Amino acid sequence: MSDHIEPMKKKEISVNEVEFAQIEQNGPKNLFSQMQGFWVTFATMFKKVNTVSYPEVKEPTAERFHGRHQLNRYDDGLEKCIGCELCAWACPADAIYVEGAANSDEHRMSPGERYGRVYQINYLRCIFCGLCIEACPTRALTMTNEYELADETRAKLIFEKDDLLAPLRAGMLMPPHPMYPNTTDTNYYKNEIKSSHPSQEVNN
Amino acid sequence: MTNAQLIAGDPGWLIAVKALLVFALCVLLTLMSVWGERRLVARMQQRLGPNRVGPFGLIQSLADGVKLALKEDLIPAAADKVVFIIAPIISVTTCFMSFAVIPFSGEVTLFGKVTAMQLTDIPVGVLYVLSIASIGVYGIVLAGWSSGSTYPLLGGLRSSAQVISYEIAMGLSLVAVFIYAGSMSTSEIVEAQQQWWYAVVLFPSFVIYAISMVGETNRAPFDLAEAEGELVGGFHTEYSSLKFALFFLAEYVNIIAVSALATTLFLGGYHAPPGLGFTEAWLGGWFTMVWFFAKVILFFFVFVWLRGTLPRMRYDQFMQFGWKVLIPVSLAWIMIVATLRVLSLNGAPRAATIAFASAVVLLVMLVNFGFENAKNKKKNTPFAEVSEPEFAVPQLPIKVSTINVSTGKKGDQ
Repeated sequence: MSDHIEPMKKKEISVNEVEFAQIEQNGPKNLFSQMQGFWVTFATMFKKVNTVSYPEVKEPTAERFHGRHQLNRYDDGLEKCIGCELCAWACPADAIYVEGAANSDEHRMSPGERYGRVYQINYLRCIFCGLCIEACPTRALTMTNEYELADETRAKLIFEKDDLLAPLRAGMLMPPHPMYPNTTDTNYYKNEIKSSHPSQEVNN
Repeated sequence: MTNAQLIAGDPGWLIAVKALLVFALCVLLTLMSVWGERRLVARMQQRLGPNRVGPFGLIQSLADGVKLALKEDLIPAAADKVVFIIAPIISVTTCFMSFAVIPFSGEVTLFGKVTAMQLTDIPVGVLYVLSIASIGVYGIVLAGWSSGSTYPLLGGLRSSAQVISYEIAMGLSLVAVFIYAGSMSTSEIVEAQQQWWYAVVLFPSFVIYAISMVGETNRAPFDLAEAEGELVGGFHTEYSSLKFALFFLAEYVNIIAVSALATTLFLGGYHAPPGLGFTEAWLGGWFTMVWFFAKVILFFFVFVWLRGTLPRMRYDQFMQFGWKVLIPVSLAWIMIVATLRVLSLNGAPRAATIAFASAVVLLVMLVNFGFENAKNKKKNTPFAEVSEPEFAVPQLPIKVSTINVSTGKKGDQ
């Protein structure tokens, strides 16, 4: 353990070694240099305004802005979430509630053994720190750049699984449906499933 | 005809109409100036300022006023109720009263009557304004005292000290104007500036007045009475709802009032700037009012500019500036002005005037030289050597570089 911590070298820094900074105070500046401040404010009046008129103009966020969460899917539509609750454990604000359940061949939401049956994020508590995203072992949970999350009631700000799930894209099927034929969850994990297989279409 | 003669024959109803107009104008100007100030300061900070309510946010301050009026009116338990209620009323009525003697325009026709936009013209008009202004301070002092709370009390005390000291400088700066105009009536002072504005002729007086009027209105950088960083809100900390709105109104009307007085006394009042005299006849004489308000707005802009630029002064520096700089300088300036005036009125030869002026200049230079010398001497004096004290003191660091916080030069020791 102590290998990683560099021991403090004795006498490296002592109070007496540190030199004082020379501070020079020559009293007030002459009148002209004092007046320059007035020019600064006057000239600033004609500069371009920095304000973004928010509701009318929306500037794009930073690329990796921490916005609303999203529960991702594999490319055949199965959910990535395995209901492990690591995100809930990682959450410093206790904003995430997860209830896992077992997959069965008749009712399969995600590859592997388990899936997240209940998934709630309370946006009144969430501090958007992103620790849940770091904790997620399958990259099921990521964050979007969406930041307009205000609402009228407390209840509306507890997002359910339906609110958080990523939409189905082309080639995806709405689970529950079986896994891609002749694959295991490892194949899924390695991102080897690029699209759904006709045999998976049991619901549609 | 002078304004005094013009308004002498005003019937009662016309005076009432004018009073109403002045009142409406003041309230409207307050609304607009609050908006204007916020927009201007915002621009100085590269922001937009209020732009939501109405076109360009023009009725923002009206909305704020309505909001203030609808808020709950709190009176603290420790407050002296009667004084607490009277204080904002004093503040707001007095600042409106000073507009009574300000001439807004020259000869105009109002409802078929030839008159001037001036409520009344009394021979001691400027003294009247000064006295009203000093009564207005009671509003602030009493508000601070009656709140029964520490910060308002401090704010009120600061305000009284501030206004007393700056009123002296203000009054003294006006004496030079009285000497030159030969009158204390506002309209006659305006007429006396037909040739030259007093801002040019009596430039030092103008500067002193301009500084002290900022001190008088409790505005940045002299807003020590409400210093939000130190005293929460100063004298109006405990005020809410309409009473707070009254203080707010009073502050802005006061700014307009001192600006109007400065315009009247130093910038030629309602007269057009030199060379544009022909514009005064436009709109049947009403155009003079445009000139008047253009000048007032110019002053108001300077108020905003000061607020946008300067940090608040420290209290002791502020008092020092008032008592040790403004008052002595204006006293000396009055002596000079009075002597010059006597010389010219008694028909003294030009040579005598010039001799006196150069003597004054020489004297000022000499005094300044003496001051600078003394300053340099003080600057170059090394710190006295002091023997080790008897009692135990903590050991000094081994390597000591001097930290020079005096006005000395680098490497004095």
